[in-house]
Amino acid sequence: MQPGAHAVIDLAGFGQVLDLLRASGYRLIGPVRRDGAIVYDEISSAADLPAGWTEEQGPGTYRLQRRNDGALFGYATAPDSWKRALHPPVLRLWQGRRVNGDLQVADEPDDAGPRAFIGVRACDLHAIAIQDRVFLAGQYADPAYKARSENVFIVAVNCGQAGGTCFCLSMGTGPKATMGFDLALTEIVDGGHRFLVEVGTARGAEILDGVPHRPADGADGEAAAQVVAKAAAQMGRSLDTRDIKDLLYRNLEHPRWQEVAARCLTCGNCTMVCPTCFCTTVEDATDLAGDHAERWRRWGSCFSLEFSYVHGGSIRASAASRYRQWLTHKLATWIDQFGTSGCVGCGRCITWCPVGIDITEEVRAIRETSAAMAGAGKEEHRADA
Amino acid sequence: MARQRRPKVAVWKFASCDGCQLTLLNCEEELLAVAGEVEIAYFLEASRAVVRGPYDLSLVEGSISTPHDAARIQMVRRVSRVLVTIGACATAGGIQALRNFADVEAWRALVYAHPDYVETLATSTPVAAHVAVDFELRGCPINKGQLVEVLTAFLHGRRPAIPTDSVCLECKRRGTVCVMVADGTPCLGPITQAGCGAICPAYQRGCYGCYGPMETPNATALADWWKHLGVPDGDIARALRTFNAWAEPFRTESERREPH
Repeated sequence: MQPGAHAVIDLAGFGQVLDLLRASGYRLIGPVRRDGAIVYDEISSAADLPAGWTEEQGPGTYRLQRRNDGALFGYATAPDSWKRALHPPVLRLWQGRRVNGDLQVADEPDDAGPRAFIGVRACDLHAIAIQDRVFLAGQYADPAYKARSENVFIVAVNCGQAGGTCFCLSMGTGPKATMGFDLALTEIVDGGHRFLVEVGTARGAEILDGVPHRPADGADGEAAAQVVAKAAAQMGRSLDTRDIKDLLYRNLEHPRWQEVAARCLTCGNCTMVCPTCFCTTVEDATDLAGDHAERWRRWGSCFSLEFSYVHGGSIRASAASRYRQWLTHKLATWIDQFGTSGCVGCGRCITWCPVGIDITEEVRAIRETSAAMAGAGKEEHRADA
Repeated sequence: MARQRRPKVAVWKFASCDGCQLTLLNCEEELLAVAGEVEIAYFLEASRAVVRGPYDLSLVEGSISTPHDAARIQMVRRVSRVLVTIGACATAGGIQALRNFADVEAWRALVYAHPDYVETLATSTPVAAHVAVDFELRGCPINKGQLVEVLTAFLHGRRPAIPTDSVCLECKRRGTVCVMVADGTPCLGPITQAGCGAICPAYQRGCYGCYGPMETPNATALADWWKHLGVPDGDIARALRTFNAWAEPFRTESERREPH
């Protein structure tokens, strides 16, 4: 089979894909049900997947629910993204020891080994591509990220339903996987539980060739298209991205920033769950005797005061300035910095905000009152003159 | 590192349960290293042997709740080059600061057979309300690793790496599913300072706020969300009134939610 080719596998065939990946040396990371959510964790076979489960997501709320079928991928995004696997939340960068007055530095081994990510959604494929640009493009690649991203086999899944906080359609990142996968599956439950498989790479073809499959016919293609169309029609949220960079740049003093700050807890959850937020804080630790030192890197957050601390204090002392920094970086300055939006429309920041702050709602509020604001500004200017 | 002499460390107790100073004894593997780097000059919980002050570093546990302690803390400050308070009692007044919201005379008459034997202040207050404090280490009890970090930073003359942002960041880094979002369990994590390692949510419990308010806590917004989750005002007030009841803004928000 060639990249771009399609085939159909049944439920048993899907299990064999995972078995073959394992036999080929890949550790499998995929969705499992734990602590009232579907999270990504190490799995050993298709039996570990949350068959027949789905979830309901809304601003600040997530609840697991039973489905009335046995779908393996019948839910939307997990609380965590694949960021955890590629850009670890806590990482020791190096350690050093004082030996006879000299400092001996030991690098940390980066040996995640071959891994297969099972069930990566289109929004998250885009998020991985964005983090690839952040960590790997340019002159200085991040060695920790590079080592972890080099040997990953990606089995993508096209979404068959959208969550209540999803808006990938608005961001042009889904619900169908279009790039960045070795194999992409569309799960078809009706008319015989099966998967339409799209081959993305030569090594994807190699795996698919190793399991029983049949050629895809017109009915399979039609059924798969309907699955994705259903998800596209279900988007829980939308975000109007027209002119968004300039819209936000024009509204840096909009009163809405103060209104959202009254609700914002500055807890940083949105930045932790965002699949593209990449900031870290670096901390040095020493032992009591001062002979041993370690440097640690942790996920940081622009909602922490320490994040913008320079000599004498934090640049962004107010909650309004921190929320504005996060939102405008995500949707506007990211475009200047990396050439794309920093938002993939996965909706995690909405679901996992402890008080349900909704990025799409904040942008809408600013857009709806932007013109009025501009007018008011002119009035003021005339009054001053 | 060659030093002239080991710094003299004193450990003082005020109104408290002793749990925080026990954290020092619980350091186990680090304890010998600590003893090697500093001279434990005054630590009655560990030894009756007392070395006279002044002391390079005083660790102070407990709140100020009696006239005697109000005078004694002045003495501790005078004999200490660096004074670090440890634990919620010393940094916020502790659970005993619940008296600050009540009529102490009435309570005293209710609790003690001979209330006239008991000499107490009307309030339980943090050490920093009485003397200058160089660093406050939060927690009920304090975290062993953070205590060693404070001692290490003191020994090397640097600022302790003690985060002041939210428990949520620790929860997310360790991969815990948010109990408030996924289960509707009221949790103080978003307004509570990190440091414990986000223990309770990892066991499907909401955060109890043992480390007190984080750096920029929005207690009103969180309390509003708790209401939205169905928690009555009285329960919100009680949740905010535990080990850090007297710390702002837990105090103000609990007063706002108190049923009248």
